[in-house]
Amino acid sequence: MKLVAQRPAAVSQSISGPPSRWDYAVDRVFRLLAQGGTWLVLLLLAAIVWEIGVKAAAAVGRYGVHFVTSSTWDVGRQQFGVLPHIWGTMYSSLLALAIGGFFGIAMAIFLTQDFLPPRLANVFRIVVELLAAIPSVVYGLWGLFVLVPAMRPLADAAYHRLGWVPFFSSTLSGPGLAPASLVLAIMILPTVAAVSQDALRLVPYRVKEAAYGMGTTRWEAILKVLLPAASTGIFGALVLGFGRALGETMALAMLIGNSNHITLSLFAPANTLAALLALNFPEAGPREVEVLMYAALVLLAITLLVNLLGEAIMRRSARRLAAR
Amino acid sequence: MSMAGSRTTTAADAGAPAQLTRSWLDGRALHSRILTSSTWLAAVIAAVPLISVLYMLVVRGGARLGREVFLELPPAGFEPGGGFGNAVMGTVVMVGLAALVAIPLGVLAAVFLAEFGPASSLARFARFATKTLTGFPSVLAGVFAYALVVLATGTYSAPAGGLALAVLMLPTVILTAEEAIKAVPRITRDAAFGMGCTRTQVVWKVMLPTALPGILTGVMLGIARAAGETAPLLFTALSSSYWLFEGIRPHLMQPTASLAVLIYNFSGMPFDNQIELAWTASLVLVLMVLVINVLSRLVGRRA
Repeated sequence: MKLVAQRPAAVSQSISGPPSRWDYAVDRVFRLLAQGGTWLVLLLLAAIVWEIGVKAAAAVGRYGVHFVTSSTWDVGRQQFGVLPHIWGTMYSSLLALAIGGFFGIAMAIFLTQDFLPPRLANVFRIVVELLAAIPSVVYGLWGLFVLVPAMRPLADAAYHRLGWVPFFSSTLSGPGLAPASLVLAIMILPTVAAVSQDALRLVPYRVKEAAYGMGTTRWEAILKVLLPAASTGIFGALVLGFGRALGETMALAMLIGNSNHITLSLFAPANTLAALLALNFPEAGPREVEVLMYAALVLLAITLLVNLLGEAIMRRSARRLAAR
Repeated sequence: MSMAGSRTTTAADAGAPAQLTRSWLDGRALHSRILTSSTWLAAVIAAVPLISVLYMLVVRGGARLGREVFLELPPAGFEPGGGFGNAVMGTVVMVGLAALVAIPLGVLAAVFLAEFGPASSLARFARFATKTLTGFPSVLAGVFAYALVVLATGTYSAPAGGLALAVLMLPTVILTAEEAIKAVPRITRDAAFGMGCTRTQVVWKVMLPTALPGILTGVMLGIARAAGETAPLLFTALSSSYWLFEGIRPHLMQPTASLAVLIYNFSGMPFDNQIELAWTASLVLVLMVLVINVLSRLVGRRA
């Protein structure tokens, strides 16, 4: 075999034989190398948390809990609070989750439940994958020049007719929460769709057959049997999509308008933690960098928590279905 | 049981022929029909943004696409013309730097996870770290590179951007490479062991060559993701209006332009010329990402 022929000729002239001392040495070194590489990956995560934590320590000491409960961000007066950013992050992500989650799950059902001939199903599968492949800055550009102008008449009509509803209590003067959340929804749709598809595929085929055997229509089988069976996995998909939305930066930095107000209005500008970091870091002085590091720490904590939750749910759903 | 049950009911219907189809106006059929059409509608609506984005890219971005945008520097203020050659170069260099770090490290870790110690506690923690990095906000990778490189060297630079991108590429490489290595048939692996190979020989001469298409798929997906990232570059590589190379000498330790950051910067400018260029740059970036994606799929299919 090629494998033996390639051994160093100096070791042995025979075409077979036990590994030489050299081979064992190489083996040991390579194994240590692989182990070292794995340690490095672990260290990388630790280093990220450590670097951000250490650089934020001064600001954590100075501002403490007040930082996450205060809503002024004033570099001149050295007052910093990220409550509006946390609010904006949560609000935009939840909106995006509601929209992107709905369409993502619909897409997953559409693609897994034999609605389509295989070739057409492939077209939609490619659509979902392309949606995931387009860089977020391009979505931001599209949002600025296509979505915002397209939404403005609708938003203004909603404001004039339904201005008393808190959600419509302002006009869309440019960037705002609604276009930002819509773009965010488009961006998490592929995540939700992909993970929910996996969850739906995990449901054994005989479960569906059993439902049909009982005389259900296709949708009764989907709504009453398949979705409940895959519910844990789909919930995990939503949590992972939510985590994606929380950390998404560029589309929001371009579309949300960067205003530190807490408002329910969908058309008012707002701000998010990630956008705050992206917009303020490039011009930050040393004092402000500490504060931004604190904001990064808050974002890190929130996303870690959400992602861990998502992973835990996914693992539970896989185990539950495997046990069945 | 239910079969027998339904047969008795039909018999009770005084010999009327069994009705095997339902009128579509029947409640349950209608319910099903409405839901099916709404699902169709939802799927089509989900495709609208994609079509709109692609249409805008081709129409507005395609208008300026030509040789000169790759050869010229970004224009200032009211200046007409110009291009983004330095940004294309910057993106390629920084993604290359990231790949140089992430691919060897990722494949080494994947080999350990799949072959040397799949059940060890180190592997369990490393897998956890990788999963965590997968859902990691990209802007935080930038914050990390800023703290580690920019603050230490005192300048925005291409290596800082490369490091941030490497952090984002790493989990994709590790996860796909681990899967690819695990998918190598056990018999192949055992045959190599049976011939007296050391584990390293098995990995290098059997596992890695067999898993190569899968590993390449992961690498390319990682590269595609990194090429489109903006947030981690904003305050690590910053941007620049100059070439990264002077002749053939690279100037890595200075602010470096990238396509993604250029798109972001130009999108906020009040000049039509810059906005046109932002669309063209988006078209170039999307084409780059899509080509890499398609290539990765072609390579993966061979596996």
